[in-house]
Amino acid sequence: MREIAYYEAKFEALEEIMAADERVHLINGTFLSLSPHRHVYQNLKNKYGARMIAPPISELSFCGLATGAAMAGLRPIVDLSTGSFIYEAWPQVANEAANAFSMSGGQTKVPVVFHLFHGLRGGGAAQHSGSPQAMLWNVPGLEIAIPSSPRDVKGLLKTAVASDNPTIFVDHTRLLDLRGEMPDNDKPIPFGAADVKRPGSDATLIATSYTVQVALQAAATLAKEKISVEVIDPRTLVPFDLATILASVEKTHRVVIADETHQSCGVGAEIAARIAESGFDKLKAPIRRVSTLDVPVPYSPPLEAHIGPSESRIIDAVKAVLR
Amino acid sequence: MLPKLPREALLDLCRRMFVIRHFEENLVPLHDKGVFGGHYHLYVGQEGTGVPAISCLRADDYLFTTHRNHGHLLARGAEPKKLFAEILGRADGLNKGKGGSFHSVAPSLGFLHSSGVVAGIIPLSTGTAYASKAQKNGRITVCLFGDGSLEEGAAPESFNLASLLKLPVLFLCENNGKYGAGRAVAAAQSSTMAAYPLTDLPKAYKIPAQQIDGMDAGLVHATISEAVQKIRAGEGPQFIEAQTVRFPGSETNWPTVPKQTDTSLAWDVSSVPEKARDWYRSCDPVLIYIRELVEAEQASRDEIAAVEAKVKAEIAAAVDFALQSPYPKPEEAEKAFFA
Repeated sequence: MREIAYYEAKFEALEEIMAADERVHLINGTFLSLSPHRHVYQNLKNKYGARMIAPPISELSFCGLATGAAMAGLRPIVDLSTGSFIYEAWPQVANEAANAFSMSGGQTKVPVVFHLFHGLRGGGAAQHSGSPQAMLWNVPGLEIAIPSSPRDVKGLLKTAVASDNPTIFVDHTRLLDLRGEMPDNDKPIPFGAADVKRPGSDATLIATSYTVQVALQAAATLAKEKISVEVIDPRTLVPFDLATILASVEKTHRVVIADETHQSCGVGAEIAARIAESGFDKLKAPIRRVSTLDVPVPYSPPLEAHIGPSESRIIDAVKAVLR
Repeated sequence: MLPKLPREALLDLCRRMFVIRHFEENLVPLHDKGVFGGHYHLYVGQEGTGVPAISCLRADDYLFTTHRNHGHLLARGAEPKKLFAEILGRADGLNKGKGGSFHSVAPSLGFLHSSGVVAGIIPLSTGTAYASKAQKNGRITVCLFGDGSLEEGAAPESFNLASLLKLPVLFLCENNGKYGAGRAVAAAQSSTMAAYPLTDLPKAYKIPAQQIDGMDAGLVHATISEAVQKIRAGEGPQFIEAQTVRFPGSETNWPTVPKQTDTSLAWDVSSVPEKARDWYRSCDPVLIYIRELVEAEQASRDEIAAVEAKVKAEIAAAVDFALQSPYPKPEEAEKAFFA
């Protein structure tokens, strides 16, 4: 076991993937957004520059290029950088890549990874703070991975590239400097396996991406008040591990879901519906969602902080389901 | 003019044109009788482009196509019975009934994906071309689309990308809109495209582009052969606009067949309804090709009629096959949307 920064774990994964499989090509971006660590991308470029392209600012065409290249046997990873930019490429992602395998009667595989940074980043305002994973969850044919720790980003990225399906890799810039443990001989993390990030007995707190870290802080604060919260990270939305969550609800009977998608038809809404459909008899209180408020993301820091799934809003929600 | 090919090859092109023509003419009544639903588009009138163009390709090249894909698949050798079955939504279809007319594919022939969004394939075609370049396998990609596709932003974005990366892709724009529905017959060829001629668009991205008569099989063959050679030599993308006059049966919202095609029409169109007669007399690429074969003494009228009779029988059997093919089991709808 060693300690490692999130961005380092991500680049370890990229390096190992590029070294192991020459079908992997990197299309666009730096995979670190504007982070001060983005120079590490240069190391990758020095080694594998022939398999990396910096396309024009045309998400629609370069996502299509990656999708077509995947159909022809490559395993491209596309960096859309800011998550909101995937809207520019919607026809290729949601209408071509997602449908190709089914539409061809199972003949054409599309092993492409679309990587993006979602969510509230500090000053992103309405057009650079999108969390498109909920909309994408409504498109059958896409897998969605959403890591929250150094170990997960490395293990999930490896599985995403190995997958024969188009995969959305949903990352968050606020995770890049997070430090965490990396096991020796780390392995790819299978999709559809939720992770209990903190065991507990009074309430189940389901969170994704950076909000997992916020949820862990909330759980630590609540522990001081003798409230024991179990924090679960689904790690992939598609496929979704409902069993691990239901096992927790069996024990706690109370559920809060915290994440950065907007509330209406958001990630929290879908998870709440699944728990209600399959585990209603286990619940002793209505499920609570802590999502980004249903408004376009405002720019000013106090306004942005007000609408997100903050520690205080999560704590309030946990206390509400325990009442 | 005729393509500069041996007689056997010329007759094979003739056969493929007949396969497309009789396939499409037999499809329309199936729709009219309600055997299949949904919208669909015919390749009639463009056989003189697709058949010779596709004959210039290597067996392992990639092709992308869209609304008028039946002709391209058949020109490349897809089995008519499996294409009929797919359009009829049957289990024996090319895509097991999951795709239908718009999305029929044949990966073994290089058709990996067929999009129902007119420009949807243009970015994808840069992708297979990018892969072929990376894999150094000498394959090229041919992207077949109509003039309307150029109206979507995906087209110019992809031209830019293909040109910058010097990708091995041929953009073959089949402009059947010369006198088509909703199109102006005036100076500008299209009422919905400010760029005119259409070749101005790829040229802005430094892609060599030319306009040709898409009803002239010999010219199509010569032009595409040369373009393919340049692309394979690593010169980057090429754009060709092949112009045809719209088939009168495609003027309406739902396809119609003004007259069942027969070899004899090449010399006598008096049996064609008056409204469509001019098209069959001077714009039908199959009839033009037949006349050229006879005039060049490459085949007699009887020989051509014999080729056609064989194709007609094959198509009739293919329709029977499709009608007898079972529908997929309903539960198949929930399967195989992930690899």
